[in-house]
Amino acid sequence: MELQLILLFMILGAVIAVEIEDLLSSVIAVGAVGLGLSLAFLILKAPDLAITQLVVEILCLIILIRATIKKDLPLVKDGRWLFNTLSTLLFIAFFLIFAYFALRELPRFGYPLMRVAKGYISSGPEKTGAANIVAAIILDFRAYDTLGEATVLFTAVMGVLAVMRKIGRIKDEK
Amino acid sequence: MKSKEKGMTLIVKTVTRLTVGLILLYGIYIVLHGHLSPGGGFAGGVIIALSFIHLMLAFGRETALKKLSQARASILESLGAIMFLSIAVLGFLGGYFFLNFLFKGKPFNLFSAGIIPLCNIAISLKVGVGLFTIFVVLVLFKILKEDNE
Amino acid sequence: MSEYLLCLFLFCIGLYCVLRKRNIIKIIIGLGIIEYAVNLFFVLVGYRIHGRAPILAKEQKILNMVDPLPQALVLTAIVIGLAVTALIVAIAIRIYEKYGTFDITKIRRLRG
Repeated sequence: MELQLILLFMILGAVIAVEIEDLLSSVIAVGAVGLGLSLAFLILKAPDLAITQLVVEILCLIILIRATIKKDLPLVKDGRWLFNTLSTLLFIAFFLIFAYFALRELPRFGYPLMRVAKGYISSGPEKTGAANIVAAIILDFRAYDTLGEATVLFTAVMGVLAVMRKIGRIKDEK
Repeated sequence: MKSKEKGMTLIVKTVTRLTVGLILLYGIYIVLHGHLSPGGGFAGGVIIALSFIHLMLAFGRETALKKLSQARASILESLGAIMFLSIAVLGFLGGYFFLNFLFKGKPFNLFSAGIIPLCNIAISLKVGVGLFTIFVVLVLFKILKEDNE
Repeated sequence: MSEYLLCLFLFCIGLYCVLRKRNIIKIIIGLGIIEYAVNLFFVLVGYRIHGRAPILAKEQKILNMVDPLPQALVLTAIVIGLAVTALIVAIAIRIYEKYGTFDITKIRRLRG
């Protein structure tokens, strides 16, 4: 029951973040959604994810505020309101049809299949010696995932450095 | 702006001086106990980056870059990546990539679980310093822009 | 079942924001909401009624653990999401510097 309440809170925050006109308020509302997600992870018995989501949300909020602060924000008035809304709703309906077929195949909530994870749980303590099964999975059983993640992070840092650098950039106004 | 010194007011600076060490210590704790309790390299790395960002927001850019300059940050990030990869390659001593070749130890001890604590340290270096670099670049750009105008 | 539906609704809000809004910051926010919904969905699939967190305790043997595999996958996805958000923000700042606006329809020179 408390999970549904948290989810409703997140949906409310998301609607506010989407529909409000001030960009700073919008960013803060999406921060509230992220903190609600952290609480939901805690209820769903995932304390690793709760800690990570909490600190990542704070850093994400700082970066987004840095992007939006001190910018004059022109109020965007939409032309072709009807056409845009109709095409968006059509796309969402198309997505929902596929989501319906996917939801029929899912196991019931609260009864996971755990075909792979059963072996990890039973053989994890002997094979790795770690008490935290999640750490055992990401660093021992499935360490290739973590290696790929490190590569993606490295690429993102290089991308930010390349986009933001001053040296070697061609001057716009001659 | 009466005074020329960078950063925020005296209250913020005093509180930051008291708390920033605790935040860094908590991040190191989270990293080292990643195989026993919730946490691990990702969360601990982000907490370490947040401690340096806290310092930078309160005291201005120069103080934080004196603690961790950008050249040293790039060296540390590469060190994290190389450490992680070399731990993986050392698995060939026993057979295959990412083999847990170290002594496992007793569970629930700090020194246990073979390569997992070392991998946690490598990932925390990589994540923490990488995110700190991203933040420094984004803030540095804004300061350069204001100097030009 | 209602948890899945609420999670799907959250995804649809993000999708609407990405498709409908014309401000770049709003599009970044929509992508963030989509990312939250997908992470939440993964963890919801692995939840078990009256389950325990996937961390072994010292004396007792825990039998009813929740599924640790989706949690391990989501743990990496969260950090990747942060890095990708930072990259998009950097590109958005550059666009603002070059064109002076966040409105995507005003950026004419990107077309062809």
